[in-house]
Amino acid sequence: MSDVEILAVTGLSKSFPGVKALNDVSLSLREGEVHALMGGNGAGKSTLIKCLTGFYSSDSGKVFLAGKDISSLKPDQIQTCGISTVHQEVNLIPTLSVAENIFLGRQPKIRGRIDWKTMNSKARAVLARLNLDIDVTQMLSSYSIAIQQMVAIARGVDMSARVLILDEPTSSLDLKEVEQLFSVMRRLTAEGTAIVFVTHFLDQVYAISNRISVLRNGHYIGTYEKADLPQNALISKMLGKTISDKTDSSTKKQSQDQDEKEVYLTASGIGKSGYIEPIDLKVHQGEVIGLAGLLGSGRSEIAKLLFGVVQPDTGRLYVQGTEQLFSSPRKAIQQGLAFCPEDRKKEGLIGELSVKENIILALQAKRGWYRALTGVQQEKIAKDFIKSLKIVTSDLNKPVKELSGGNQQKVVLARWLASAPSFLILDEPTRGVDIGAHQEIVRIIKGLSKQGLAIMVIASELEEVVDISDRVIVLKDRKQIKELSGDEISEANVLSSIAEGAL
Amino acid sequence: MNNKYIPLAATIFVFMALFGFGSAQFDSFFSMRVFTNLFTDNAFLAITAIGMTFVILSGGIDLSVGSMIACVGVATAVLIEHYQLHPLVVFPIILICATLFGSFMGFLIEKYDLPPFIVTLAGMFFLRGLSFVISIESIPITHSFYDSIADFYIPLPGNGSLTVSTLILLTVLAGAVYIAHYTRIGRNIYAVGGNEQSAALLGVPVGRTKLFVYSANSFLAALAGIVFTFYTFSGYSLAAMGLELDAIASVVIGGTLLSGGVGYVVGTIFGVLIQGVIQTIISFDGTLNSWWTKIFIGLLLFIFISLQRLISSGLLLKWWPSDKKPLVN
Repeated sequence: MSDVEILAVTGLSKSFPGVKALNDVSLSLREGEVHALMGGNGAGKSTLIKCLTGFYSSDSGKVFLAGKDISSLKPDQIQTCGISTVHQEVNLIPTLSVAENIFLGRQPKIRGRIDWKTMNSKARAVLARLNLDIDVTQMLSSYSIAIQQMVAIARGVDMSARVLILDEPTSSLDLKEVEQLFSVMRRLTAEGTAIVFVTHFLDQVYAISNRISVLRNGHYIGTYEKADLPQNALISKMLGKTISDKTDSSTKKQSQDQDEKEVYLTASGIGKSGYIEPIDLKVHQGEVIGLAGLLGSGRSEIAKLLFGVVQPDTGRLYVQGTEQLFSSPRKAIQQGLAFCPEDRKKEGLIGELSVKENIILALQAKRGWYRALTGVQQEKIAKDFIKSLKIVTSDLNKPVKELSGGNQQKVVLARWLASAPSFLILDEPTRGVDIGAHQEIVRIIKGLSKQGLAIMVIASELEEVVDISDRVIVLKDRKQIKELSGDEISEANVLSSIAEGAL
Repeated sequence: MNNKYIPLAATIFVFMALFGFGSAQFDSFFSMRVFTNLFTDNAFLAITAIGMTFVILSGGIDLSVGSMIACVGVATAVLIEHYQLHPLVVFPIILICATLFGSFMGFLIEKYDLPPFIVTLAGMFFLRGLSFVISIESIPITHSFYDSIADFYIPLPGNGSLTVSTLILLTVLAGAVYIAHYTRIGRNIYAVGGNEQSAALLGVPVGRTKLFVYSANSFLAALAGIVFTFYTFSGYSLAAMGLELDAIASVVIGGTLLSGGVGYVVGTIFGVLIQGVIQTIISFDGTLNSWWTKIFIGLLLFIFISLQRLISSGLLLKWWPSDKKPLVN
C-alpha cells in the first residue's frame, strides 16, 4: 500500500423520497489498499457505491478519480475510467453465456467484429485465476448462484485497472472460495489496485483489509487503520452504541427432552435420485432444527423437498401423524408450512409490490382469494410486523425493492409469520444482514420456537447454526451423515463429522 | 446439443418436414422455383420480422409495423405518381422519415419509461390514419423503374430466381446476423432483453440501445413497405392489416422468447418460411380455403410456446441441483 490517493469522495449527499440515504459522506482511497466499507443495514453503503459507479447521480458532492472529477459521468464511462464493481447479489445477464457476461461492453474484436474464440478463451483464463473450470459458452442461468457470483467477481477482477468495488462478494461463497478470492485480491493490490470491500463478515474484514471506513444511517463516521480498531469498537461504531460482547450465545441449551415434545413432522426415507439421498428426520413442536454442511451439501434441497417445490421419488412424509404428499408449495402452505428461500430477490420478494402487500401475501394465499383481507386488516397486520421486527421503511406502501437488504429479509420473515405457520423453514435467514439485524433475527427465531413453533434453519455460518439450534443435522455430498443434539452441538463436532464424512 | 439451440433446431425441422410433406403430396412441389418463390413472396414479411426480432430480443414489442408498410406504400405511390419524383429519390426520403418516426417512439419509450405496447399502438393508429389522409383509394405505380425491377432477376438452376426483393432480404439478413452476433450493439440488445437493470449496472447504454432498436425496426418496416410495392405495384392504405401480428408470430415460431434476451435472427427467417410453405401447400391443393394458413399458424404457435416453456423449465431443473458440479478444482 502506498500513500497515493486514487479516489476521493467529498461531501456526497443523496436523497430518495422520504429518506436521506447519504448525508455529506467523504471517503479517501489509496492505491493498493483493501478498504473495508462497514455499516449496518440502510447505512448507505449500496447507495454510496451506486453513486460512485454513476448509476445514481448524487444531489451534491464530488467524486475524484486520480484528481479528475468524475461525478457526472455515466456508468459505462466510469467503467472505462478504471472503476469496476461487483454488485451485491448477482447482477449479470442470465440469458447470456458466461463468457459474454465477463466481457459485455468490452468484447475483444478482430477486424471490427466480436472475436468469440478469443473471448471464450480469455474468459476461461480469467476464471482459471479463481480456480473455476466451467463451460463458458453455456448460459449463465444454468449455473448455481455461487458460480454466478464467482463469474461476477471474475468480471470485476478482470476489468479493474485502478479501483475495484466488491459489494458483499462472499455472501454466496464457501470458505475455500473465499480464500481464492482473497488471494486474487492480494495479487491485485500488489499491482496497485485499490479495493473497496463491503461485507458483513467481520472476520473477513480483519483478514484482508488495511483500513476501515464506517457509515451509519447515511452519515460518515470515520476511517480507521485496522490495527487501531478492535472488533468491539467497530461494532459499536456501526451500531452507534456500545455493546457488551457478541451475542448471549453462552445460554446453554436446555431443551434436551425432545421426546416430551409433540412430533410435528416426520420424514422417513424421503429423497430424490440425483438430487438428495433419502433422509430421515423428525421435527418437534417448539424445536429449532439446524441443517449444517458445506455449500452444495444438500441443505436447500431438503427444504425444497419438504415444502413441495421439488417432488420426492422415494419415502413418506407425515405431518402431525397423517401422511401427506405436497405436489406444490400451495398444499404445503395450507398444511401450515412456511419457507423463506435463500435467494430473496429471485424466489422470495416481489420487488414491485409494497411492503404491506408482500407481508400479507402468504396469509392471503392461505385463506384463499375469495376471503380477501380488508384494507384495514392488511394495514394492521403490516404495521404490527413492521413494529415487532423493526423494519425500517418510510411507509407501508413503499415498493419493497427500495428497502435495504436486511429490511427486505425481515419483510420475507414477516410474510411467513403473518400466515401463522406451524413449521417454518428458513434458508439463510441472516444472509446479507448486518450485526444488529442479525442478532434481532436470531432473537426472533428463538422467541418463536419458545411459543411452540417448529423451525428449521439452514445457514452457512456454522456459528449461527450451532448457536440457534436444539438439534443439528449434518449433511455432506447430499447425504445425511450425522445428527447432533443437546451438548453435542458445537462447531468442532459439526466440523469433525463433516471431516469424518463417510457413513 | 447446447440447450439454447433446441427451439431453433425445432423450427428448422418443422420447415423441412412441411416442405417434405408438400413434395410428397404434389408433383412439381420439390423444385428450386417453389423454394425461391417462398423468399420472393414473403420478402416484405421477412424483412419486417427481422426488425421485430431485435425489438423482441430487447424485451419490447412494436405494433406499428403493419401500418408503417401501408403508409410507406401510399406515400411512395403519391410521391412517384403525383409529384413525378424518381423512385430512387423517393426511397431515401421515405426511409429517413420512417427512421425518425421510429426513433421518436424509441425516445418516448426510453425517456419516459413508457410501455412499448402503448407507444407503438399509438404509432400504429397514427400511421394507419395518416395513410388514409394521404389517399383512400389504391394508387397504382406505373413508373418504368418498377418494370425494370420486376424484370430483373438472377436465374438459378431448376427454374429458380433471385429477385430484387429476395436480394434485399438476403442483404438485410446478412446484416442482421452480423449485428446480432458480431457487434457490441447487438450483444447489448440481448443483454437489455435478458435483464435491463443488470445491463445498466454492467455499463450497457440501455437508452441508446433501445433507441437503436426502435429506429432500426421502423427503418426495416419502411424498407419492407417499399419491397411490398415491388410486389403489388401500388400503394393502398388498407394494405398489411395485422401484419405486425404475423411478424410477431414468425419471431416466436423462430424460437425467440417473447420475454427477450434469447433468440436468433435465422430462426425468424424459418418462422416466415414456415408460414410461406403452408400457404404454398394450400394453393397447390386448390380446394382448401387460404384461411387454413391461420389455423396452422395458430396450432404451431400453441406448440412452440409450450415447447419453449418446457425447455425453460428444463433449464430450471438443471439449475437447482447444479451446485453438484465441481466448484473448485
